[in-house]
Amino acid sequence: MPNTKRARLVASTIAIALGATALAACGSSDDSKADSGPVNLTFWSWAPGMDKVVDLWNKGPGKKDQITVTFKKQASGDTLVTKILTAHKAKTGPDLVQAEYQALPTLVSNGAVADISKEIGDAKSKFADGVWGQVTLGTDAVYAVPQDIGPLMFYYRADLFKKYGLTVPTTWDQFAETARALKKKAPDVDLTTFSANDAGLFAGLAQQAGAKWWTTSGNKWKVGINDAATQKVAKFWGGLVKEGAIDNQPMYTPAWNKALDTGKQIAWVSAVWAPGVLTTAAPSAKGKWAMAPLPQWSANEDVTGSWGGSSTAVTTDSKHQAAAAKFAAWLNTNGDALDTMAKEGGIYPASTSAQLSGAFSNPPAYFSNQADFYTKAAEIAKTTAASAWGPNVNVAYTTFNDAFGTAAKNKSDFVTALNTMQDTTLADMKKQGFEVSQ
Amino acid sequence: MSSLAVRKAAPAAGTTPGTAQGPPLRRRIALIPTITLLLGAVYTLLPVAWVVIASTKSGSELFSTFTFLPGTGLMGNLKDLNAYRDGVYWKWMGNSALYAGLGALLSTGVSAFSGYALATYRFKGREAIFNVLLAGVLMPPIILAIPQYLLMAKAGLTDSYLSVLLPQILSPYGVYLSRVYAAAAVPADVVEAGRMDGASEWRIFTRIAMPMMIPGMVTVFLFQFVAVWNNFLLPYIMLSDDEKFPITLGLFTLLQQGNSQPALYTLVITGAFLAVLPLIALFLVIQRFWSLDLLSGAVKS
Repeated sequence: MPNTKRARLVASTIAIALGATALAACGSSDDSKADSGPVNLTFWSWAPGMDKVVDLWNKGPGKKDQITVTFKKQASGDTLVTKILTAHKAKTGPDLVQAEYQALPTLVSNGAVADISKEIGDAKSKFADGVWGQVTLGTDAVYAVPQDIGPLMFYYRADLFKKYGLTVPTTWDQFAETARALKKKAPDVDLTTFSANDAGLFAGLAQQAGAKWWTTSGNKWKVGINDAATQKVAKFWGGLVKEGAIDNQPMYTPAWNKALDTGKQIAWVSAVWAPGVLTTAAPSAKGKWAMAPLPQWSANEDVTGSWGGSSTAVTTDSKHQAAAAKFAAWLNTNGDALDTMAKEGGIYPASTSAQLSGAFSNPPAYFSNQADFYTKAAEIAKTTAASAWGPNVNVAYTTFNDAFGTAAKNKSDFVTALNTMQDTTLADMKKQGFEVSQ
Repeated sequence: MSSLAVRKAAPAAGTTPGTAQGPPLRRRIALIPTITLLLGAVYTLLPVAWVVIASTKSGSELFSTFTFLPGTGLMGNLKDLNAYRDGVYWKWMGNSALYAGLGALLSTGVSAFSGYALATYRFKGREAIFNVLLAGVLMPPIILAIPQYLLMAKAGLTDSYLSVLLPQILSPYGVYLSRVYAAAAVPADVVEAGRMDGASEWRIFTRIAMPMMIPGMVTVFLFQFVAVWNNFLLPYIMLSDDEKFPITLGLFTLLQQGNSQPALYTLVITGAFLAVLPLIALFLVIQRFWSLDLLSGAVKS
């Protein structure tokens, strides 16, 4: 997502200043005492409209349980992770934080978030297994409650597909053919672009192909960023860029917005939250876009990756971890809370029961022509592949931006860029003191 | 924003060519500097012009119409900005004014005291102190933000107005500038004469030295004001309550809304445009103190 240079600068500055932090030391919360009497909690989050949801809690269940939550709006992204870690160093962190899934391993390995498996009751049943796996990190602990998810989908200009005589691709081979066919018919129009600014999307695409970038066995990490599945994805997109079948310019730039708005780019591989982005990026194309499942690697598969999504975690600094976990569970499973979040903040809930209720009975305004938008989305969400995040996703992402940025610009080999990403990430893990197996 | 001084100086410098040469030669020589400076002015003013024009565009016009064609959405943008989280923008503006105004004032005061002391008094360790300060000038404040946060946390002051104000009061650069300026603008004879007449050291400083140092202090104030106004990392680390955010931080939260929501570009651009106005106003108002420089610098010794 829009990730300013400044944000990255800040993130790396803070990271350097903090110094490399050592081995995985999982926070345990066994010492959290049963709370009695009024409790005040602070909550760092970036979701728009979260203040209204917190109000709901403070007037309803929070009042009954004497748990008051204070919401403090933050800027999202890697910078927030480093801010949380800084606060954790000084033991002044908030009680609750919103954390992207790929940031959780970093927070856990720094001991910043607590294991709340004992406090959240039956929350697990409300989420798909793949989603739940992202907050347990494959252990018996639970480090957060899933809030929103971003399953990948295929968005396209329905009217222009018709005009150019294209059919919606269901496999990646068809996708490549569609791109080539379009180039023949309209040389100045691109099907889509490969953006080297958005590592999250590439990670999602690799995830769909079955990639597992970080895995653990025993207490050793294994980094598999250049595994066979990811190489396949990199070769595919690198090939399309090289032959000029698709554009190689980054997304989320004014030029990209214009291309989407004027029909110079007629498709976008994105996540369920795309309608919000399209609303501002391509305002004049409202009602002309449509959504379909992501193309598959082989025709008999049905799987997607994810891009974005976040969870609510309880910090180890919190003196009221049980109360905080109670709030986190309510926030992400209560119908009213999720409905308000969806309406005010445009989030797509991780909770399966909320995906078809209330705010999601009608399609987003931008997709008013596609009545079953959210029914389809819920079906696609079920097919999300499990993800495997590690403790230095930020390093991998930064390297992606650099290596793939150069490769996309020069239309050179994407696999070389992928190997750079693997080597840099692995070296950083070793430098940080993680035990890594080759 | 911080290049305003350069911008203001550019056209003025371009119109005062060298004096020794004859008329025809002078015209030819002045051409190249003038063009260079004009290019410099265009280079620095173009982004500002972009912000001004972009702030008049509504969300649907922002990326679809010609870049330098004014839009029709200025009023709408202002209204949206005003409505965002119950007008929290104005709160940020007020916070920035407080951090920058009070911070720069205190910082200038401290700089004036210490600069004057370092320039006029001879005492043991004077050079050592000055050298440490010089090292401080070379140290980017960004490096200090985290240690300062940890210190503030020890004092229980994080997420407070003080946590942003206190670290910015001592500006090594301000002290350095004040010392250099005091050494040049306050002749030792004048201070000596004051002592002969029986004035106390405090009186000499406030009544004799301070008026002579005013132009230098205005510069220190302006530098510090702009530095605090544009500061990002320190408040970012220190503050978590967005009611205490300065404008830089507030606009950043508008940009980074997470990926379910698009960045509020129109609000950010309009907000950035409004945020530059106080700085421009400040420069225009305070500029006159600089011309004072030429008059008051002429103390005969």
